[in-house]
Amino acid sequence: MDNAIANTDTKKTLTKSDLRHMYVRSWFLLGSFNFERAQNMGYCFVMIPAIKRFYAPGKERNEALERHMEWFNTHPWLTAPIFGVTSAMEEEKANGGKVDGTAIAAMKIGLMGPLAGVGDPLLWGTARPVLAALGAGIAKTGSILGPLLFFVLINAIRLSIKWYLLKYGYQKGSEIISDMAGDRIKKLTEGASIMGLFVMGALVSKWTTINIPIVATRISGKTQTIQNILDTVLPGALALVLTLFVSWLLKKGVSPLTIIFGIFALGIIGKWLGFLG
Amino acid sequence: MNIIQGILVLLVAGIAGVGSVLDEGQTHRPLVACTLVGLILGNLNMGIILGGTLEMMALGWMNVGLAMAPDTALASIVSTLLVINTHANIGEGIAIAVPLAAAGQALTIFVRTIVVFFVHKGDDFAKKGNYRAIEWMHVISMGLQALRVMVPTAIVMMISTSAVEAGLKAIPTVITGGLQIAGGIIVVVGYAMVINMMDVPHLKPFFYLGFLFAAFTNFNLVGFGGLGLIFALLYIQLKYNNNNGNNHHSSGTSEKLATASASNGDDDLDDDLDD
Repeated sequence: MDNAIANTDTKKTLTKSDLRHMYVRSWFLLGSFNFERAQNMGYCFVMIPAIKRFYAPGKERNEALERHMEWFNTHPWLTAPIFGVTSAMEEEKANGGKVDGTAIAAMKIGLMGPLAGVGDPLLWGTARPVLAALGAGIAKTGSILGPLLFFVLINAIRLSIKWYLLKYGYQKGSEIISDMAGDRIKKLTEGASIMGLFVMGALVSKWTTINIPIVATRISGKTQTIQNILDTVLPGALALVLTLFVSWLLKKGVSPLTIIFGIFALGIIGKWLGFLG
Repeated sequence: MNIIQGILVLLVAGIAGVGSVLDEGQTHRPLVACTLVGLILGNLNMGIILGGTLEMMALGWMNVGLAMAPDTALASIVSTLLVINTHANIGEGIAIAVPLAAAGQALTIFVRTIVVFFVHKGDDFAKKGNYRAIEWMHVISMGLQALRVMVPTAIVMMISTSAVEAGLKAIPTVITGGLQIAGGIIVVVGYAMVINMMDVPHLKPFFYLGFLFAAFTNFNLVGFGGLGLIFALLYIQLKYNNNNGNNHHSSGTSEKLATASASNGDDDLDDDLDD
């Protein structure tokens, strides 16, 4: 059956407009995110322009649609190269190549993990918190520059990586498999983690506000609060201890909302008894 | 608040509702959603400041894997709406936002479960090759996510302002003041979530390095980003290039990489990071 297609002279490829359609559709990938199969229908939704291009109505097209309704979940922005690679594989299959449906499904699953592994620390763990903290810092002074800076920069990053990686994935096709298998992904993940952890360490110290106003000493009219003393030893020490404690609680499976409510209780009790200010 | 403002707020509520499930344009982040509501209601300044305050609290909230963060969309829209309409302060805004984030999270779980029904419909349409119907199932699911924030917002808008205002006035200052204090501390939850996600024991020293640098210097975030990048580059160079010469590559299975990196360390690394 595949040969019949291969024998026709015209090789099916995606047009520039097909890729553009997939690009815009990929912005809505998570629209039908669900607890059963996560991003599955969104994946199919994005692949539809390619499936329409490669397969005439009939059994093969139906199978392709079903194939992309399978469980799928990764970092939403880094699905772009996976869309690229799987459309290249679908193209090869439609043109009578050796690729079969199982290989396409395996490829999706194979790329899912490493890309989530890069995307989560790099984009959710570093890029967004850093830009958001920068924006929020400016916003707290009442300047519109804060929200604008955050919105424009984060979307510039998103839109460019999504377009570039979609094209890259499609052009590189199955070549990307060996590319991904090497140390590159590991280096990128490690590099991203280092950057992320370093910046997080800085954020813990700089952007956490804890103040203990209890007066500790009163020497010749000069009062020193407990906070003053702590700051002369190690600024942000309390924030560090608290962060590590919360990190430990989270690892123990305590829900973040429980912890948040706990800190609210602490804040209220602290204000009431006067040990926090 | 007039009719047009009401419609615009509902529109923003819908966009933020879809935004919080898509995680694309970041319209659901407090920094964006609060600012937009503030703009519509004619108190841009309050919107920006509340957005900045809530954003700091929600800094590390993210959807990783199937885990779900508290919902910033509902929290941002409704808290800004109430703060501006009732002339409340930031502390009261935070006090409203947190339970709303929890309520929003519960609603999101509800909708993500309902969507399973539409996905099963999608399976049937795939078998028949009806791609247009699959597209509709996807769009309807997305519409439900918009309603998830629009409906509660509409309800809040219909309740009289004075009733909400009276409710807010009843909150004692020890509560609002305490919540404001907690707001400064609560950011550690976000940090802890991010740190746990990147929990690689041998890289943990970089976290402490960042902490110490920040404690004793006055660099801003751009400075820390640059320093972090340089540390990352140095670490990878040292780790991967030392081994290459002797072919004691830790994962020397890939011949292609071994030969590639043998040629020129610097270029190779640059290539890797450009990719």
